[in-house]
Amino acid sequence: MVLVDRGYRDGELAKHIIGRIRAEMGDGPPVRLMEVCGTHTVSIGRCGLRRAVPPNLFLLSGPGCPVCVTPGSYIDAAAELALSGVTVVTFGDMVRVPGSRTSIEDARAAGGKVVVASSVTAALDIARKKAGEVVFLAVGFETTAPTIAAAVLAAEREGLDNFSVLVSHKLVPPALRAILGDPECAVDGFILPGHVSTIIGTPPYRFLADEFGVPGTIAGFELIDVLVGLETLVRRVRRGEREIDNEYTRAVRPEGNPRAREAVGRVFEPADTAWRGIGVLPMSGLALSDKHAAFDAARKYSFDLSDYELPSGCMCGNVMRGLMRPAECPLFGKACTPQSPVGACMVSVEGACAVSHKYGEF
Amino acid sequence: MGGRLVELAHGGGGTMTAELIELVREYVGNPLLDRLEDAACIKLSGRVAFTTDSFVVSPLEFPGGDIGRLAVAGTVNDLAVAGAVPEFLSLSLVIEEGMTFNQLRRLLDSVKATAAEAGVVIACGDTKVVECGKADGIFITTSGVGRIPDGVTVSVHGAQPGDAVILSGEMGLHGVAVMAAREGLGFARSAVSDVAPLNRMLAPLAAKLGVHVMRDPTRGGCAAALHEIAAASGVSIILDEGALPIPGVVGGACSLLGTDPLEMPNEGKALVVLPESRSAEAVAILRSHQYGREARVIGSVTGKGRVPVALSTALGQRPVDAPRGELLPRIC
Repeated sequence: MVLVDRGYRDGELAKHIIGRIRAEMGDGPPVRLMEVCGTHTVSIGRCGLRRAVPPNLFLLSGPGCPVCVTPGSYIDAAAELALSGVTVVTFGDMVRVPGSRTSIEDARAAGGKVVVASSVTAALDIARKKAGEVVFLAVGFETTAPTIAAAVLAAEREGLDNFSVLVSHKLVPPALRAILGDPECAVDGFILPGHVSTIIGTPPYRFLADEFGVPGTIAGFELIDVLVGLETLVRRVRRGEREIDNEYTRAVRPEGNPRAREAVGRVFEPADTAWRGIGVLPMSGLALSDKHAAFDAARKYSFDLSDYELPSGCMCGNVMRGLMRPAECPLFGKACTPQSPVGACMVSVEGACAVSHKYGEF
Repeated sequence: MGGRLVELAHGGGGTMTAELIELVREYVGNPLLDRLEDAACIKLSGRVAFTTDSFVVSPLEFPGGDIGRLAVAGTVNDLAVAGAVPEFLSLSLVIEEGMTFNQLRRLLDSVKATAAEAGVVIACGDTKVVECGKADGIFITTSGVGRIPDGVTVSVHGAQPGDAVILSGEMGLHGVAVMAAREGLGFARSAVSDVAPLNRMLAPLAAKLGVHVMRDPTRGGCAAALHEIAAASGVSIILDEGALPIPGVVGGACSLLGTDPLEMPNEGKALVVLPESRSAEAVAILRSHQYGREARVIGSVTGKGRVPVALSTALGQRPVDAPRGELLPRIC
């Protein structure tokens, strides 16, 4: 495998870039930047960047963790399927998330069939054995949707009628629009998600600058990647420049990956989708097209996945909209901990609250 | 009996059970075991360390080892990090009906080779066969006893401020190798488990250098083991990020899967805590052994601080969490 050069983690270079960011920030008014990718959330937490940047530079975590924005009813549905004898195949980070009533982990402990996998191909392999119904939990942003689309197309080709996907795919640009459309919003710029951008490219972010006057920078995930992205973004904000920059050119092409988008387009269509803690956002997700309805677990098993409520007292929605830091939630570290989470942001390894707790940002 | 399968009757206590026991003896037999007494009679004197462990792993055979080697090395290492010289092991096999004799032979051969490498005698054993679906191929339990040399006082409670923390080699290889084999992760195919008996490498440390703590960072990886040491000793441990020996394949796999090398299991590594003044000597001793070539100081012990275990990075310190216990690959 190709490994990232250690130079992208160089501590001395990092300090040098932080020095330049500090100079750019000066004593001016605060700048609030939001990242909208769980991997960035982890990267910023793990590297301790919040403590390293100047105190007038605030780094917020947006709705970039797909697990965190998945509705409680979706988790309940998955648990119900597992307990009914269906083999539920899922990415690992979904297992512990509390639904409205239960979790997949609880269903597994009660004898439900749950298989943790790192790819949808594991679900196809199980379905090919023709030993009962298999449902894959299709969660994620533009990055994972192409692999799910490819799996649905493979299942169609092979006539796998025991395979379906429970879809809760989300799209990043509509979420950014919702955040900026909120009258309380105080985000000055976005660190744009590197992985998602490899698929969608740069044009879908133009509206940030053109309609809202907010700059955005696509960044990679290593320490130096994130810092270079921050520096560019801070400079744009400080100078009032409305631009979308790509600082992750070794992975992101301006046009993205048309082939992956074509596969998604053959299987999915944009749809209004519920974001847990935020609401139903127009055209912010993907639904299987009618042509592929046979592979839609929600239709096959008649589930309604339109709720977006949070557990009582949980402020994950405000955290993900950048209105509140994790530690400002009254439950944080008290009623809500990684060992005993209330909200999804504390469960997912990429959740803003879990990262904040893990890396001691309180 | 190459292509034959283990059947329930092999566990029924009759002639087929005798056949299974004979197979086990063919590999790990010795004068003590061959007497086939209900209990082995062994002579012990002085302080004795006694431990037990059960081994379940999927797949049973993985790059670098198998459950047979794991079952011997795991218990040998538990004795060795207690400062003991391992002497006797028990070997209990719970076999799922349907395992091939070919595979069982391979696993027993691995038990034999690892026991010989460690210099331990299989003193007693047991075999059971359970119905298909009631086990995952084979479960193995080994217990072990070892002699603690006079003057050796290694304990998880013994870490003191001013001590150095040494790791005997690169971290995370067992965890990544098994995960790659189980999940078919092509990108991590080059990961080879480090499973190995460490008693011969660790014996001189305990005997000569006044080591305070030794711990094998297995389940939960270094993070879990360091948390145990910090809690038991009432100290904090500060790791140096730049010193952590993380092989490329482990770093890469962890980045992709959203896991932490510090939480990945090891089966052939030891954490050694001893006064800083003796650390260079300890590293030299470890490096002279085939399983300790990459040994190095990875951190230090301080008085009890804000967090039990912290990582010192280029940009400051951050806490190292105690792992919850299940490594779950993330979405993207």
